[in-house]
Amino acid sequence: MAQDAGIDTPVVSDGDGVRRRDFINIAAVSAAGIGGVTVLYPLISQMAPSADVLAESSTEVDISQVQPGQAIKRVFRKQPLFVRNLTPKEIAEANAVDVSSLRDPQTLEQRTKPGHENWLITMGVCTHLGCVPLGAGEGEVKGEFGGYFCPCHGSVYDTAARIRKGPAPKNLEVPPYEFSSDTVVKIG
Amino acid sequence: MSFPWAKQYTPSHPFMVWMDEKLPIPRLIYNAVGGGYEVPRNLNYFWNFGFLAGLCLVIQIVTGVVLAMHYGGDTRVAFDSTEHIMRDVNWGWMLRYGHANGASAFFVVVYLHIFRGFYYGSYKAPREMVWLLGVVIFLLMMATAFMGYVLPWGQMSYWGAKVITGLFGAIPLVGETIQQWLVGGFAPDNATLNRFFSLHFLLPFVILGVVILHIWSLHIPGSSNPTGVEVKSESDTVPFYPYFVAKDGWTIGLFLIVYSLMVFFMPNALGHPDNYIPANPMQTPAHIVPEWYFWPFYAILRSFTQDWLWFIPAKLMGVLAMFSAILVWFFLPWLDRSPVRSGSYRPLYRKFFWVLVVDVLILGYCGGSPAEQPYVLIAQLASIYYFLHFFVIVPIVSSIERPDPLPFSITESVLGHDEAAALGTRA
Repeated sequence: MAQDAGIDTPVVSDGDGVRRRDFINIAAVSAAGIGGVTVLYPLISQMAPSADVLAESSTEVDISQVQPGQAIKRVFRKQPLFVRNLTPKEIAEANAVDVSSLRDPQTLEQRTKPGHENWLITMGVCTHLGCVPLGAGEGEVKGEFGGYFCPCHGSVYDTAARIRKGPAPKNLEVPPYEFSSDTVVKIG
Repeated sequence: MSFPWAKQYTPSHPFMVWMDEKLPIPRLIYNAVGGGYEVPRNLNYFWNFGFLAGLCLVIQIVTGVVLAMHYGGDTRVAFDSTEHIMRDVNWGWMLRYGHANGASAFFVVVYLHIFRGFYYGSYKAPREMVWLLGVVIFLLMMATAFMGYVLPWGQMSYWGAKVITGLFGAIPLVGETIQQWLVGGFAPDNATLNRFFSLHFLLPFVILGVVILHIWSLHIPGSSNPTGVEVKSESDTVPFYPYFVAKDGWTIGLFLIVYSLMVFFMPNALGHPDNYIPANPMQTPAHIVPEWYFWPFYAILRSFTQDWLWFIPAKLMGVLAMFSAILVWFFLPWLDRSPVRSGSYRPLYRKFFWVLVVDVLILGYCGGSPAEQPYVLIAQLASIYYFLHFFVIVPIVSSIERPDPLPFSITESVLGHDEAAALGTRA
C-alpha cells in the first residue's frame, strides 16, 4: 500500500508521522464514501409518498342526511372514512365503560368535537392490519359491542370505535377534522 | 472441490480445447452437473427436489418474462391487461396459468426439499452454508410470490398487499413511516403496484444468483446422503452424469405430468375466486387468505390475540413470531448438536420430526380457515409447539438421544458389506 509506493516516491511527512500518501488515501476513501451515501439518499427517498399523493386536498362531507343510528362511508386519502350519528343509547353505552379498563384508554368526549358528541368520525381502517371493518353499511354486523367488527381477524370495536376485543392494538383513528357548519365536516 | 477419483474434463475437439483455454465454461458445467461431479450412490428420491426446484425457477422466469410483455403495471390497466392475457393474447391463458401454478409447484418442491433437510440433517456441518443460503432463497421466494400475487390487482391482490404492508406498521415509533415508504402512499395504490412489478421482475434473478452460490457451497463438501455417513472411498460414489441426470430426468417427467394436470385441468384450484373481482379499497373481502404456501406462517401471525407482557402489542408480537418462524431455521445447524446427521439413525428425533410435519400441516389448515374458534385456539397451540420443537425439543433430543449404530460406509449400507473399506480398517 502506502509503504510499497514509497520505493520510488519520497515519503513526505508533516512532522506528526502523518504522510502525504495517508492523507490522500483517507481523503479519497472519505469522498467516495460520502458520495456513495449522497447518491443513496435519493434512491431511498424516491419510494416515499410522492408530491401528488401528499397533496391530496382535504375532503368535505355533507352529514345533513345522516339519521341517528346511521353511518356513511366516504373516502379520505384513498382510504375509507366512517361518519356515524350516534343514538343517545349508543352514547350512554360508550360513557358507561370504565376507561381505565380499555386497551387504548380514551373517552367518547376525547374522540368527538364539543357540541357534536353524537358525531363519531373515524377512519374505516382496522388498526390491526388495515381491513375495512363492518358496521358502517346498512345491515352490516356491528359486533358484540355495537360498534364495528373487523372480519379479517376478529377485532371488535364499541360505539366509540374503541378496540374492545381481538388483535388490533389501537382504537379506530380519528382523523383531523372540523365542522365547517352544522351539516358540513371538513376532513384533513 | 471434488473427490480425488472424480473424472477430469479432457476436451478432445480442437474448438473445445481452444474454448477451455479462453473461457472454461464447459469445464465448469462438466464439474458441476456432469461426469466430473461424484455423488453418493445411495441417494433416494428425496434428493431429486433440488433439481426440480431449479426447473421450477426456469419455468417461472421463462413464463414470467413473456407475461411481462403483455402486462401493464398500472392500477388503471393491471386488471384488464391480466384479462387481456387470458382472453386475447395467443396462448396467454396457458402462460398465465403455467406461471400461477408454477409458483405453487415451486413451493411444493421447495417444502419437500426443506423437510428432506430436516429429516436427514442436511443442515449440519460441513453444509451449514448450503442451508443458510437455502433459507435466504426461501425468504426471497416468499417476497417474490407475494408481490407477484399483487400484480393482477384483484380483490385478494389489493387486500393481501394491504395486510402484509400493514405488518410493518407494527414496528414501534417508525412503523407508520416505514409502511408509507414501502407502499409510497397512505394505502396501496399505483406507486405500490408499480414498484412491486419492478421488484417481482428483479428478485427471480437475485434468486438465481443465490441458487448458484447454494450449489457452489454444496459442491465443496459434496452432496449429503440418506445415511449421513460421509463419502469414504471411490465405491461410495457414482458420477452425476449419467446416473443422476437420468434419475432427475425421470422425476422431471413425473413432475411435468402433475404440473400439466394442474395447468390444463384445474388451473384455478389453488387460487381464490375473489381475485377475479377488480381491487376495491372500500370493500374488504369476507375472508382474506393468502396463497396456500403462506398458510402456516399466516396462522402463526394470527395466533397473537392478547398483548404480550403488557407492553408488546399483540400485533407486533404476531409479526415477530411470523418472521421468527423462518429465521429460526438459520440457527438450526447450531441448535441441533447431535453428531449423527440422518434421522434414519435417530429414533427419538425421527418421531419428533413427524410430529413437526403434522404440526405444520395443522398450522396450514388453520391459516387457511377463518379467524374464529376453534381454529384460533388450535393455531395457538400448534404455534407454541412449532417454537418448542426448534428451541427446546431439538437441543434436548440431540443431547439425550442414543442413536442407532451407523453403517461403516455408504457402500456397506447399500451392499451389506464393504470389502475395500473393511480391509483398510483391519490393516
